[in-house]
Amino acid sequence: MAKRIDVSGLNAYYGSFLAIEDISMTIEPRSVTAFIGPSGCGKSTFLRTLNRMHEVTPGGRVEGKVMLDDENLYGAGVDPVSVRREVGMVFQRPNPFPTMSVYDNVAAGLKLNGSYKKSELDDIVERSLKGANLWNEVKDRLNKPGSGLSGGQQQRLCIARAIAVEPNVLLMDEPCSALDPISTLAIEDLIGELKERFTIVIVTHNMQQAARVSDRTAFFNLAAVGQPGKLIEIDETERIFSNPSVQATEDYISGRFG
Amino acid sequence: MDITTQTSASPPPPAPLSPAEQKRAARAATRPGDRIFLGLSRGSGIFLLVIMAAIAVFLTWRAVLALSENEGNFFTTFEWNPTGNPPVFGIAVLAFGTIVSSIIAMAIAVPVAVGIALFLTHYAPRRLSGPIAYVIDLLAAVPSIVYGLWGALFLVPKLEGLYGWLDDYLGWTGILAWQGGAPRSLFTVGILLAIMILPIITNVSREVFRQVPQSHQEAALALGATRWEVIRMAVLPFGRSGIISASMLGLGRALGETMAVAMVLSPLFDIQVSLLDFGGGTFAQNIASKFGEASVMGQDALIASGLVLFVITLLVNGAARMIIARRKEFSGANA
Amino acid sequence: MSHATLPDRRSSLRGASLPKWFPWAAAAGSIALGLGISAAAGLQSDIQWGLIAAVLFVIGTYAVASKVEGRRQAKDRVATSLVWVAFILAVVPLASLVYETVKRGVKVLDGYFLSHSMGVVGDAEPGGGIYHALLGTLQQVGIATAIAVPVGVLTAIYLVEYGRGKLARAVTFFVDVMTGIPSIVAGLFILSIWIVTFGMGQSGFAGAMALTILMLPTVVRSTEEMLKLVPNELREASLALGVPKWRTILKVVLPTSIGGIATGVMLSIARITGETAPLLMLVWTTPWINANPFDGPQGSLPVYIYLQYQSSAGVGPGYDRAWAGALTLIAFIMILNLAARGIARWKAPKTGR
Repeated sequence: MAKRIDVSGLNAYYGSFLAIEDISMTIEPRSVTAFIGPSGCGKSTFLRTLNRMHEVTPGGRVEGKVMLDDENLYGAGVDPVSVRREVGMVFQRPNPFPTMSVYDNVAAGLKLNGSYKKSELDDIVERSLKGANLWNEVKDRLNKPGSGLSGGQQQRLCIARAIAVEPNVLLMDEPCSALDPISTLAIEDLIGELKERFTIVIVTHNMQQAARVSDRTAFFNLAAVGQPGKLIEIDETERIFSNPSVQATEDYISGRFG
Repeated sequence: MDITTQTSASPPPPAPLSPAEQKRAARAATRPGDRIFLGLSRGSGIFLLVIMAAIAVFLTWRAVLALSENEGNFFTTFEWNPTGNPPVFGIAVLAFGTIVSSIIAMAIAVPVAVGIALFLTHYAPRRLSGPIAYVIDLLAAVPSIVYGLWGALFLVPKLEGLYGWLDDYLGWTGILAWQGGAPRSLFTVGILLAIMILPIITNVSREVFRQVPQSHQEAALALGATRWEVIRMAVLPFGRSGIISASMLGLGRALGETMAVAMVLSPLFDIQVSLLDFGGGTFAQNIASKFGEASVMGQDALIASGLVLFVITLLVNGAARMIIARRKEFSGANA
Repeated sequence: MSHATLPDRRSSLRGASLPKWFPWAAAAGSIALGLGISAAAGLQSDIQWGLIAAVLFVIGTYAVASKVEGRRQAKDRVATSLVWVAFILAVVPLASLVYETVKRGVKVLDGYFLSHSMGVVGDAEPGGGIYHALLGTLQQVGIATAIAVPVGVLTAIYLVEYGRGKLARAVTFFVDVMTGIPSIVAGLFILSIWIVTFGMGQSGFAGAMALTILMLPTVVRSTEEMLKLVPNELREASLALGVPKWRTILKVVLPTSIGGIATGVMLSIARITGETAPLLMLVWTTPWINANPFDGPQGSLPVYIYLQYQSSAGVGPGYDRAWAGALTLIAFIMILNLAARGIARWKAPKTGR
């Protein structure tokens, strides 16, 4: 199920502006990798290059290689649509489809691909909602609009929607930044469970969160505003937070900037 | 801020005044300058209400005068002879023509306009979509007399081939049979009206599609949706009420359109079975072509038909506005 | 799909896909085929081969794509091709409208045409011009603007700056109602009150009153939108300095939004300039120059176009004059529109988009 991601020599542009430069890293399967760094360092941009969402932004353009096991996402003839089926994504703000019910939100991705019997669909929806620790809260209102849930529930609904299609990788772009502490805790617990099945990459502003949920941590930084963001180092989370090999990482983590 | 798009782009309402400010405003209103200014602006508002009241009163009054003389049934008579003795007139033919030509116009214009709006927001290269939207915006301002001129002198001759075709293949339906006269029928009117209301429906729909939150579209993309699936999952559901109200605005225009219809249609005060045969008429066209030869009684009868047209457009516009208002309430739920 | 677990999935991210040039080739192919069929069947109208080509394009795209790429991709391609077809279907008539008007209009449009009336020219004779109609249109639109702008702007000020309570709600509601009045109904109203009831004759002023009714609601609406964009802080800052409210409105609120208001006014002028039906009823026309809008029938550009078209029956000098009049009218309206948009862009309040 879970696959390894191998990035080499990746540049991403907005128009002619180079947003991130020359990034190479390996993301291990069945683990949580956190991206941290100051605002504007390109960590979200980099995340979006991992399922080809970056090119959705007008002017967005990518150079370099992203290998998903043995396939290059940016290889010739690769269909971005199939890439996004393999690499799911959860966004900063919960974004359930407002016109769909809870049930339809979870089933949305499945309905795109082929026809399912009602009973199969029911099974998958239930399993996904359970997987997102949301089943008990919504099982009585599957047919109510998804936008009626609380912010934390909505975000878990989005996670359920993403895992329903069983992707290989799950990208999370600051999934808790719009949530209260209790909802945040629920999502962090969930991430711990999901890593048994998926390769998880999470961008976070919150260093405690990175320390709590991730196995490996990558630190991004930029030399100055207007300069491209770069990967400074990636290592075991414990090492990054206790004994990083680069001074800038230590400065950032100990709160000297950012 | 683009004026022409105000129907869908709701500006922030002005913040309510605080109690202290209201008190201050009340005190200020006693100042002579303030009193005069308030009087002027309130007076203008009242003036506007007076005009509306006058329109309602005068049209109704003249219409009642005409109707009280009418020997025919106003709603079912297939005849327009208000100057005869006794006067006989009815709006059945006009209602039929107005509704049929508007339905044809909507059936053509709405899908095409939604298509163009999607083209501009989701398909066209960015460099192209800006200028095209601008030009379509401008085309909404082309007056109906010019559409009429173009329709009568350019479109009508071109339609002969199409009419022959429709008659060949669909003539058996009866409603698309063609006896071969000039193609100046309700169907042609419908096509011309469709072209005329395209720009307005396109503009409003485009505005609505542009407001679809990026986050919903990205959610669909991240699930592995193709472009069309993104539109079906995120764009059309969000824009549905917007499309409906845009169509209603277009319908309002089509119903009241006068000159273009008068120039393209060969009127005949009767209902034709086939849409392709010339004849029929619409409320507005009938007023424009008959008022000149009409006596006071004849004019009053036309006014009665105009009142019906007014009420119909009122209902259509009201429905459009209600849908827009309802949409405003719901769109705040989840940004 | 028989099992409830997972959809069968291609192990590869790479599906069979059609080359980039495919849509263009399909389009070219269907146009060629459409032309071929219509030539073979001896069809005369361009509309026919155009429609054939459009249908061939959509169906062909679906057939090929579903064979090569699968059903979902095929649907996506059909949607794309439909959207393109819709765009072209709409652009062709609209472009043709502009093209025909310009092509046929330039024939007689010159300085002479703009500066002479039809006074001594018969309908079937060449020569003559639109001076009388231009003059009439400018006067009628000018009178309508002179009434509608102050009333409209003041009403908008009332609604935004003072309006609370029943009166304001009623005004707001009826402005909406007024927006939907068909121009012919506005014409009928003035006809019934001014001509039928008061027994006045046709005149430029009667037409101007109908135009006022059509212009008022758009002026109110657009001014309202602009006033609402003025940030409340500005008003408060001025009021806090002890400036009376009416001076605040005149010196702070209006100057801030004047660009937007001017834009709205110009757009509504452009809208009423092309109105024909009410003028046909209320002003009628005269081939002579009538510089007094309060006395007797007066020329106007839209009515001029209509009557030249009617009398010419599609041929002869009247036909050319109708097109030249239409070109003048479009040019006038487009210039107003472009100028309005120009102002909007220069003077847009910073809170705007």
